Amino acid sequence: MQAQQRPRQRAQQPAAIDAEHIGFAYEAVPILEDVSLRVEPGEFLGLVGPNAGGKSTLLKLILGVLTPQQGRVRVLGQSPKQARRRLGYVPQYPAFPRDFPIDVLSVVLMGRLGTGSGLGAVLGAGLGGWRKRDREIAQRTLIDVEAGDLASAPIGSLSGGQLQRVLLARALVGEPELLILDEPTANIDQRLEGEIFELLARLNAKLTIVVVSHDIGFISSYVSRVACLNRTLMCHQTASIDSELISSLYGEPVRVISHDHPHDHGEEPHGQAATAAGAGAGAGQHG
Amino acid sequence: MNEFFRALSEHAFLQQALIAGLLASIGCGLIGPFVVVKRITFLAGGIAHSVLAGMGAALYYGHDPLTGALVAAVVAALLIGWVRLRWRTGEDTAIGALWAIGMAIGILYVSKTPGYATDLMSFLFGNILLVPARELWFMAALDGVLLVSVALFYRQFVAVAFDDEFARLRGIPVDLFYLLLLVLVAVTVVLMIQVVGLILVIALLTLPAAVAGQWTRTLASMMMLATALGVLLTSGGLAFSYAPDLPTGPTIILLAGALYLLSASSAGVLAKRRARRAVRGMSER
Repeated sequence: MQAQQRPRQRAQQPAAIDAEHIGFAYEAVPILEDVSLRVEPGEFLGLVGPNAGGKSTLLKLILGVLTPQQGRVRVLGQSPKQARRRLGYVPQYPAFPRDFPIDVLSVVLMGRLGTGSGLGAVLGAGLGGWRKRDREIAQRTLIDVEAGDLASAPIGSLSGGQLQRVLLARALVGEPELLILDEPTANIDQRLEGEIFELLARLNAKLTIVVVSHDIGFISSYVSRVACLNRTLMCHQTASIDSELISSLYGEPVRVISHDHPHDHGEEPHGQAATAAGAGAGAGQHG
Repeated sequence: MNEFFRALSEHAFLQQALIAGLLASIGCGLIGPFVVVKRITFLAGGIAHSVLAGMGAALYYGHDPLTGALVAAVVAALLIGWVRLRWRTGEDTAIGALWAIGMAIGILYVSKTPGYATDLMSFLFGNILLVPARELWFMAALDGVLLVSVALFYRQFVAVAFDDEFARLRGIPVDLFYLLLLVLVAVTVVLMIQVVGLILVIALLTLPAAVAGQWTRTLASMMMLATALGVLLTSGGLAFSYAPDLPTGPTIILLAGALYLLSASSAGVLAKRRARRAVRGMSER
């Protein structure tokens, strides 16, 4: 995570994500219908929607794990598979066994895979062990996510919140241009949820972020734009969300609790989010 | 025991047996931990048993059984790997089928080969006392293959074993390294067949690594401890079995099993004691 990469001129950069008229079905079950989504560099997009609405499927299409039957996905101006190494990804559930004998620093270092050139680019890493530079970057990234003291802890000893920070560090350590998070706060308490989103808001000064959540009210005060997905991309607007819209998205009346979060966007270029969160400083409680 | 050490200084066959044990321990220490943490014990068992097809065929056609074993093991590993990567499910059925079919083919070949039936017994249960010097060189070469592969691709193997989904997203050719890992498991199986035989291979491959995993916190230290335990178990088994003239392979395996039980129960007791102490510490505060 090096700050040297200043955001270049917007106009010259390809869209971070450019999905055009995506159609996708598992066997005969349609999951996505005519979904078009364009995410500009520097955006902080919240992707919300009900369970089974296709959020994870859309992520998998962006990551190149799945291929759409219809339409086309471009990521950072490349095909999803080519763009993979320029992405950071935080999964909803860690796919590894918690009893694996490995310490936190080694887990974070795995995010450095695929950053090399030459043979290292083909095999994911060069030959032998990690270089000193990789270790330093991993250590620094752990400090950035406020988990610097966990470097030598076994991965199985972490709490849910600590593990989430480590997964975030693993995604950031490859110096991605686009960060994709799938329900990053599903398994942690609300105070930590706020802290993680504060952190993401700070990171947004340097990179494009897409975060999937089912918690539409909560994320709307942090992100610069919300996309709502329920088989089709139902709404795609910039202001914060009202209860009418949530009801139409979920198909039934939903109890909506309004809450505001104090947070500092730094050189945040997106006016709407800052305005939405500007009121009610100090009331950081959620729900 | 003294009798063993006296014999060891006198008899070349015992010294060769000891060296064979050391060479097998390197494989057990390098690859065993991957089998344990990746939870592919059943898969390794399938590879081990299907090796009999290769040994039987080699014997029947007049080739070296170990070469036949190596070919069969690698073919079995690639077949199982291909089934898993191609269909994602049904892997365990395929392993079970390969396990039994491989043995059936091997037994047919062995029964049609004129000669000693003891060959079959030493394939199945090993005969560390009959390892010729030529085969020690073969084992050393296999160890070389394992050492070089793991040293070169340590990071890739750990990444694929730990979280293959993430490794794939980082651009690692996951399928390639998964197949390579299975081939290394196959090589290790062949390495150990001389010592404990193909039926007992699975215990020597997994038990030292499992014990090491109970006392270490990184894969690298698990590998080193597993290698040391392998040395201890093979040499110990050789020493224990010598005076009472017991078959060495089963003696090694029983030692390994006893060590595993001891380790698992004491690790459990220690964990309970730590938890009790932590709770007491809380109430005293």
